[in-house]
Amino acid sequence: MALGSRVAAIVWKDLLIEVRTKASFHSMLFFAALVLFVFSFAIGPDTPLLKRIAAGLLWVAIIFTGILSLSRTYQAEEAGGGLEGLRMAPGDPRGIYLGKLAGNILLLLAMETILFPASAVLFQLEIARNALPLAGIAILGTIGFSVVGTFYAALTLNLRAREILLPLLLIPALVPPLLGAVNSTQLVLDGNPLGEAAVWVRLMVAYDVTFFVVCTWIFPVAVEE
Amino acid sequence: MGRSSPLVGWLGGAALTLMLIGSAIGLFFVAADAEQGEVQRLMYVHVPAAWTAFVAFFLVFIGSVLYLVQRDPRADRFAAACAEVGVVFIALTLATGMLWGKPTWGVWWTWDPRLTTTALLLAVFVGYLAIRGFSDDPDRRARWSAVVGILGFIQVPIVYLSVVWWRTLHQPPSSPRSVSSEILWTWMLNFLAFLLVFSYLAARRARLARIEAELETRQAYDV
Repeated sequence: MALGSRVAAIVWKDLLIEVRTKASFHSMLFFAALVLFVFSFAIGPDTPLLKRIAAGLLWVAIIFTGILSLSRTYQAEEAGGGLEGLRMAPGDPRGIYLGKLAGNILLLLAMETILFPASAVLFQLEIARNALPLAGIAILGTIGFSVVGTFYAALTLNLRAREILLPLLLIPALVPPLLGAVNSTQLVLDGNPLGEAAVWVRLMVAYDVTFFVVCTWIFPVAVEE
Repeated sequence: MGRSSPLVGWLGGAALTLMLIGSAIGLFFVAADAEQGEVQRLMYVHVPAAWTAFVAFFLVFIGSVLYLVQRDPRADRFAAACAEVGVVFIALTLATGMLWGKPTWGVWWTWDPRLTTTALLLAVFVGYLAIRGFSDDPDRRARWSAVVGILGFIQVPIVYLSVVWWRTLHQPPSSPRSVSSEILWTWMLNFLAFLLVFSYLAARRARLARIEAELETRQAYDV
């Protein structure tokens, strides 16, 4: 099978499972919303303050939720030795990574389309007026998170204590996309008066491209037996 | 199992001697800094420790690439030994940096780009050691940690750049003063001393890893 159709087959299978069971999506969404609530409780009902730090809270909620859902990335394959089968199937094992990556990105973006408006309501943010730039930032940030996250999820799959090892490896690597996403989101919400958001967008693009190339290239090593 | 090479013993002796000389010069012979006073002498530990840690991290990267290319367990043990000793040096860098920062800046911690990146580097190194600690099969352990060693190294410049931007968009970074040649020489001498200490410890650690690997194999066949 060509790489493209391998990727498409994996994405289709995972999305079909998700659409039929809705197991991850609903719990992810409510978990992310709860993280926003927990922050608000911890900081206090000070709306001007919450509004000022809303971008940071929002992206931390996305990253925490994303890490939880990453550990489920290969769960469907684990039960019946499905990953063995996928890996043994003739063709490039990179198809597994690319398929899982696309699935993770789509799932997170679907969650964000609800989480962004929800945070706008909670923190009184102006997101309708800035919908297009915010969507671009969300896509770039989510790609950066998922590129490294999907890779490390595969790497830590067979480890003891992977629940703690995945965030331990992932969070230091996520500093650039987190800074990029938080700062550009906040700047756009503030009206981006100096056009500074462009710097952060460039950082996210550079990060996404670099790690997409490196992770795709090195993936076969991470899953070989 | 052979005895350790006499070269390693000499290396240890040279490291100890040079450490004593370098510390003596840094503590007693170089004049105290005009602005910072005696506290500045911490820099003769801090700066060489930081450089040594960066060298260690680079060597972990080299060892990781070598392992993935050649699948030679020696490359894996080399990378692991460098990482383990590197953690000690990077922790020393952070500790001395904070000791220096308190009297100089008035705070233990500030979100300086180098400070922040060094702390993140420590986290990457710890992640590397953790992934080794949690895997039992030697081949998988070597392969997984090599991947972490490579990705961790690649992410350093982009992490540093992002932290620099994060800071400079809020306030201008402090420009480092040019240092006198006397200070530079003491740094270089201590850097050499630290490198020797690092090489000695890493060589010892690699030898220990070789013995452990042999024990693992023997136990696997005996039981």
